[in-house]
Amino acid sequence: MDAVLGRQHPEPLSPVTAGTLSLVGLTRRFGATAAVDDLSLEIARGELLALIGASGSGKTTTLRMVAGYEVPDAGAVVLTDPGGTPRDITALPPQRRDFGMVFQHYALFPHMTVGENVAFGLEARGAGRRERLARAESALANVGLAGAASRQVQSLSGGEQQRVALARAVVIEPRVLLLDEPLSNLDPTLRRTMRDELRATLRRLGVTALFVTHDQEDAFAIADRVALIRQGRLLQVGTPEELYDRPASREVAEFIGRATLLRGRLESGTITLAVGGIERRVAAVLPGGPVGADRATAVLRPDALTLDEAGAPGAWPGTVVGRRFAGAMLVVHVALADGVAMEVHATNRSVREGERVAVRVAREPVAVVDG
Amino acid sequence: MAQAGPGPAAGARRAASRATWLIAFPVLAILFWTVVYPNLHVIAGSFEGGLGHWREFAASPADREALASTLIISFASVIAASLIGIPLAFLLTRVEFRGRLALAAVATLPAALPPLVGVVAFLFLYGESGVVTRTIQHVLRLERPPWSFTGMWAIIVVHAYTMYVYVFLFVSAGLERLDASLDDAAAGLGAGRSLRLRRITLPLLTPAIAGAMLLVFMSSLGSFSAPYVFGGGMRVLSTQILNSKLSGAMGLAFVETTVLALSAIAALSLLRWFEGRRRYTLSGKGGAARLVLRSPVARWLGPAAALVLVTLLVLPHAMVGLVAFARDGAWTTQILPPEYTLDNVRSLATETRLWTPIRNSISMAAIATMANLVICFLAAYLIVLRRFSGRRLLEVLVALPWAIPATAIAIGLASTFDRNDPAAARLLLVGTFWILPLAYFIRGIPLVATAVEGSLKQMDPSLEDAARGLGASWWLTMRHVVLPAARPGLIAGGMLAAITAVGEFVASIVLYTHANRPISMEILAQLRAFAFGTAAAYSVILILIVLVITTIGRLGSFSRAASRLPQ
Repeated sequence: MDAVLGRQHPEPLSPVTAGTLSLVGLTRRFGATAAVDDLSLEIARGELLALIGASGSGKTTTLRMVAGYEVPDAGAVVLTDPGGTPRDITALPPQRRDFGMVFQHYALFPHMTVGENVAFGLEARGAGRRERLARAESALANVGLAGAASRQVQSLSGGEQQRVALARAVVIEPRVLLLDEPLSNLDPTLRRTMRDELRATLRRLGVTALFVTHDQEDAFAIADRVALIRQGRLLQVGTPEELYDRPASREVAEFIGRATLLRGRLESGTITLAVGGIERRVAAVLPGGPVGADRATAVLRPDALTLDEAGAPGAWPGTVVGRRFAGAMLVVHVALADGVAMEVHATNRSVREGERVAVRVAREPVAVVDG
Repeated sequence: MAQAGPGPAAGARRAASRATWLIAFPVLAILFWTVVYPNLHVIAGSFEGGLGHWREFAASPADREALASTLIISFASVIAASLIGIPLAFLLTRVEFRGRLALAAVATLPAALPPLVGVVAFLFLYGESGVVTRTIQHVLRLERPPWSFTGMWAIIVVHAYTMYVYVFLFVSAGLERLDASLDDAAAGLGAGRSLRLRRITLPLLTPAIAGAMLLVFMSSLGSFSAPYVFGGGMRVLSTQILNSKLSGAMGLAFVETTVLALSAIAALSLLRWFEGRRRYTLSGKGGAARLVLRSPVARWLGPAAALVLVTLLVLPHAMVGLVAFARDGAWTTQILPPEYTLDNVRSLATETRLWTPIRNSISMAAIATMANLVICFLAAYLIVLRRFSGRRLLEVLVALPWAIPATAIAIGLASTFDRNDPAAARLLLVGTFWILPLAYFIRGIPLVATAVEGSLKQMDPSLEDAARGLGASWWLTMRHVVLPAARPGLIAGGMLAAITAVGEFVASIVLYTHANRPISMEILAQLRAFAFGTAAAYSVILILIVLVITTIGRLGSFSRAASRLPQ
């Protein structure tokens, strides 16, 4: 499970300039379609919140409304300063929000050096040349690029560009930091390194951050909380663990991680699941609230299932139809009776395709959703 | 381990290189003979008898005046064209208002007017007896016309009208290509509108603006029609060359031509340098958000300003159309022509004598364009898809006619192809039909070659290898892979070359004979005879031919798109 969820995160620090950001009923329509539909979210001071969703789900539009590049058709963006005073900033242009933003393709100014790029926000704030250069230099050192100020941006690698973009966004001590798919331009190896580095830097700065991604591994690795949106509507917001273990709906269960969804009979805190006439009763939780009696669906995560020997009592018999080595575990696909297919994470590497096995639920309670 | 012998591989490379040179040699020879050789003649001619002609040039007050006026007019044209082109590009790219797209299309209209027709239209509008001039004179009850549309300022106004399009197109393209997220990023970092303009937008546009300015400068240097018609007593280098030739001072004409060509080549070298620097602006996704006008005043002001601009831009075209139906000789002191007739147009269609220039222009343009398509396709193919030692030279040869003003090209041809001397690779073409198609061909080379190069650069070079790897012969690969990839460039370049050739005036005036006189020369002749209606009718025919060529080109592009659709 660690591979998906990443490590546990320490508590956020208390930043100096960071504010609390509230999105209240944000709505943005393009023609007849609502790109963002009545979306409400609260990001606490110093918190890292990831907004995830598939392409076209409305996450970038949301980010652009928060940044001030898009004006919402309805709703408000409210910033509460550390003193506790809320302020509606919905109509404020981007240049007056004091937000920092890291763009998907970084948007580094090609005609300026690395140092000039980082110092630009300070120039816009009227800082003197000497102060600008000193602060830019220290911001670059903060992202591991000390001494790079005089380099041309064209000479930077992808990872370095990402760090310059981050330094440029944080040097102005933004009240909120916005990141638009900041890792999507990096190759997979660099991406894994940069994930950890980005989280460490953001933690150290203690900045309130909202970042948008379509990649749940990025979201889980960096964010304190994750908000999942689909077709402009918020489906669920919570810690990565909550979204994974306690999905509030079938859509969340399907989007986050892998799962076998199995209909069952719900009765007094348990759900009875039947495969091939073999019934198993397991403890159930209902994260999304009550579900219809005939629509109860158990979310069986691969790491909540275990493989047993064929014929083991209390387990569902099946045949291994696929196996994939994934380092720490083996991902095994098992075909059961009634056309049910399950994905199981196994530690026993000797499992072979075509082998008869049995599957049992190893971790309870399981989440039950409507659908 | 036994090493594979170098023999077969080296042999294959040699064979490929031989095949490349088999195409490259004739192409290089033709380009050298038509583009470089005549110019070498001009340079050699300028030194005939030592430095005498150069001393004569340096000592001649008329030539010093011509050089100074040419430079002043060129700089002033750059400033005037930029003052119109840059704000217009910002307005039409960055501000959203009703009619924006239509106006953007109209804004490029002046480029569609053949040079002489544009000048004629200005004469009808702003000349001493022009419609606008007479209207103002009439309204203000002045005894004399309010201005005399001659001299330096008249030339600059005509240049500004016809050449701002370059600035407009370059800057608009630069703005469209500018990565919108750069402006967003600067705004997000706290930069207001003016700081963003000053520190982000303008620095990123500098190469585009500089490129456009140099293009205007080069065009002004070589400009002939405007100084010829509106110059009055003013001398510029291009007209001075013709004067020297007509007065038989060929040595001096050679010096003037060399000076003009060298100035233009220097400008072209600068332009290439700026183009090299422009690359970083191409990386963006473009599509900056347009400013939407919200205040009611601004919302009315935008379309109103647009309407005034459209009127100004369309007026010359409309004027040519109107005068085409004016009875020759009837328009004397009135604001607008008093009598209208279909005779001008009818006589063009019925009288063989009047029809000859149209037939000449079409046939000469067709011959030149066909030659352009063949030679320039091969040149572009060699430049883009072949690696061989003559590639750099070929690039220079196809770009050169762009830098050399048409007057200089014409003088080169006139002095080289004036006798039959096969040993010196000279043919007698002056005084024959063929000299003008040759001149048009030379002027069309950079247009077609650049367009085809652009298309071929978009083709994945491994496609050709893939076809050869599948066993296709060179010819089959050419027909099914390379030619289809080059087609958009061939259509666009061919269209441009044909349009330029059919309305060509500058080289024609130096080289034409009565038998092969093109439309532009006939327009000039009719103007000199004060047959304004007939001159305008020819101009309308010229505009119509340009439209037909454009339509054929467009249909060619559409049929290509249609052939790709699933059947």
